[in-house]
Amino acid sequence: MASAMLSLASASPSASLSLQENLKISWKRGTSSRINFLGSDFSKTKSFTRTSMTVAVKVSRFKDITMAPPDPILGVSEAFKADTHEMKLNLGVGAYRTEDLQPYVLNVVKKAENLMLERGENKEYLPIEGLAAFNKVTAELMFGADNAVIQQQRVATVQGLSGTGSLRLAAALMERYFPGARVLISSPTWGNHKNIFNDARVPWSEYRYYDPKTVGLDFDGMISDIKAAPDGSFVLLHGCAHNPTGIDPTPEQWEKIADVIQERNHIPFFDVAYQGFASGSLDEDASSVRLFAARGMELLVAQSYSKNLGLYAERIGAINVVCASSDAAARVKSQLKRLARPMYSNPPIHGARIVSNVVGNPELFNEWKEEMEMMAGRIKSVRQKLYDSLCAKDKSGKDWSFILKQIGMFSFTGLNITQSENMTNKWHVYMTKDGRISLAGLSSAKCEYLADAIIDSYHNVK
Amino acid sequence: MSMLLRNGCAGRILKSGAVRSMSTSWWKHVEPAPKDPILGVTEAFLADPSPDKVNVGVGAYRDDNGKPVVLECVREAERRIAGNLNMEYLPMGGSIKMVEETLKLAYGENSDLIKEKQIAAVQALSGTGACRLFADFQKRFSPDSQIYIPVPTWANHHNIWRDADVPQNTFHYYHPESRGLDFASMMEDIKNAPNGSFFLLHACAHNPTGVDPTEEQWREISHQFKVKGHFAFFDMAYQGFASGDPERDAKSIRIFLEDGHLIGCAQSYAKNMGLYGQRVGCLSVVCEDEKQAVAVKSQLQQLARPMYSNPPVHGALVVSTVLGDPELKKLWLTEVKGMADRIIGMRSALRENLEKLGSPLSWEHITKQIGMFCYSGMTPEQVDRLTNEFHIYLTRNGRISMAGVTTGNVGFLANAIHEVTKSA
Repeated sequence: MASAMLSLASASPSASLSLQENLKISWKRGTSSRINFLGSDFSKTKSFTRTSMTVAVKVSRFKDITMAPPDPILGVSEAFKADTHEMKLNLGVGAYRTEDLQPYVLNVVKKAENLMLERGENKEYLPIEGLAAFNKVTAELMFGADNAVIQQQRVATVQGLSGTGSLRLAAALMERYFPGARVLISSPTWGNHKNIFNDARVPWSEYRYYDPKTVGLDFDGMISDIKAAPDGSFVLLHGCAHNPTGIDPTPEQWEKIADVIQERNHIPFFDVAYQGFASGSLDEDASSVRLFAARGMELLVAQSYSKNLGLYAERIGAINVVCASSDAAARVKSQLKRLARPMYSNPPIHGARIVSNVVGNPELFNEWKEEMEMMAGRIKSVRQKLYDSLCAKDKSGKDWSFILKQIGMFSFTGLNITQSENMTNKWHVYMTKDGRISLAGLSSAKCEYLADAIIDSYHNVK
Repeated sequence: MSMLLRNGCAGRILKSGAVRSMSTSWWKHVEPAPKDPILGVTEAFLADPSPDKVNVGVGAYRDDNGKPVVLECVREAERRIAGNLNMEYLPMGGSIKMVEETLKLAYGENSDLIKEKQIAAVQALSGTGACRLFADFQKRFSPDSQIYIPVPTWANHHNIWRDADVPQNTFHYYHPESRGLDFASMMEDIKNAPNGSFFLLHACAHNPTGVDPTEEQWREISHQFKVKGHFAFFDMAYQGFASGDPERDAKSIRIFLEDGHLIGCAQSYAKNMGLYGQRVGCLSVVCEDEKQAVAVKSQLQQLARPMYSNPPVHGALVVSTVLGDPELKKLWLTEVKGMADRIIGMRSALRENLEKLGSPLSWEHITKQIGMFCYSGMTPEQVDRLTNEFHIYLTRNGRISMAGVTTGNVGFLANAIHEVTKSA
């Protein structure tokens, strides 16, 4: 066989490719495509086929796969880790740090874990919808235990893989039951929102949100774009502490947003990843969602405990769908389960147990509220310190007050891509290219250094 | 427009501030989903008030008292990791240490593929998540391909590849008459599939049948795969549970690797480390070289990011603590063997009981089949009788989870099976 193959090759001097190269080309697609070799129909030559297949098995059908670009957010931390400069500062991912720039495990979490260790609970599969105790407390935290939607059992709650996983379940539900309906997302928004809707095949378009001129909310643009969208669109709203800008609508503005959504028959979809981190109060931060629910609107809410309970890597969150009736909620919940089963079967148990132990235990819950206020308080104080340092050092008269007006973990500095790159390349300050800095990663000790970096990047780099 | 029509009167425009009466809903057209055929069994079991009820439905290991088990090695690992580590996000590819140890289990301690860094591997959400990630990867990078799935298989395999939008085909596997492997038909299907097809194979302890190819049969399958240039994707959810020895249970994979196949593999710690609810597993894809492995890994991460961003840490820490410590690893191996041995013992007991009852049928397959499950051969109607008359819960395809059988209930179970099958 082999000799037949070789003689075929040598018989055609016009074949400029080696045998090996030809075989590699033939396996590019890794499918049952017809193979042409030296002008003859490859597939007809049986003996040829067997021998060449033995060679070809070493060639991967994934040969042509190229390197994916680094994730714009998570990739920042990876780059930061690789940097050896002593002044380096990681203001990339939104992960809370103490004043010593150490990760922080909340005391209530340690207590909850000890309780769990003592109890020695088993690790059996959760039901597809997750831990019942968790689902109960998470919905109550969001809406308030005495809220009508909860009393009337109108909320379909399914435990999800933190905010991302909960958003993805909702997106999959949208794709399946509202094919062709689009989701409106803010410009800008968290980088992964677009990936989620793309991979779930839900079309999206943007509504104006950030106004670079005022470094504030483009409210008229927002209302106008929501109005202009085809009715029955989903509108993705950040419940509080907008990521990446830190700019939230006022209560009056929320009322008007609710008005236009109702007028246009849209469906509100809240992403709440920072409940507690915006104002320091869990209830206050839930007020936008509760405002909409109080109007009797059907809505979706994705929750995450990554930041407010510091449970980042446990991947704990939930998707809630508030429906017109308890019957609708039951049906919707069953279909969310049907989407989750072929994704991961059932969600991870550990984080769910922690949350239900903390939120479900009055003592631990109160302690959590205090720790929440402490974390949010630290961020407010570094905001102030950064603002003070900028004002003291910058003589240009630029108004830096947006830093104080913005809310939550992030500040949208208004730096452009080149300026953000300068922050990293010259000052070893790691941030995302959209100009977002995570104040959770800033210590008061580093505020002056950061101020220097921002002033330099803003004024000296175009 | 269609939204308005679909939602009928939900299109009424309200003055701002007015609370709309919620007589209609966006979700009117959403039907209740059917119960999951496997997980729905446990739900029904839990709802049953009968004191004699038996759950031999889901494949979750039970001790001889019918209780869930947390392995000693796991408890010790948890004591060590409690409180002293933060919960920062894992990298998108998951815990590197956990993945390293996991690859050794599948590919061998001294695997050249590992040394040469030819394997693209990421932590995944147990076996389900690993399969789904691969299915999405297959869809994105081999968009014209289909997946060949054995008949029967774990029900969720169909859901996974369907939701990933990859067309499915089937190949013969189970031979009902002999309650064994339909090897001839299987080989025919492998030969007749177009060259370069993607096949899903159960590495060991086939779910739901418990029927595995012999070593010689695996070699033939591997050879035919070479001839046809097929891609082998192994789902290995029961390594250690088949024979009690994880090395032995990886034999099918090792045969394929020896033959030079570039395989894909889903691994799970749900059963063999009892980490069910922690959702710990691994997806690996063998590549030609390190450069390709780096590229493939980056693409797997790219698929994971919009699904869950990064995988959960707790279970991964448990795994890497256990497997990274020689003493704990030894303990684990002992405990896995213990679980497998108990199941093998229960297989013998069930068969003996049925034979003693004078059953007219052959129950040889109970002891021939391997792993957690016994494909009893009972019909859905017989299964329904078991559930309704005897409060015994199993899936309607007649699959019995031997892990739920105990010395305490094996007699009762045998009696009940005999009752519903004696006139068959």
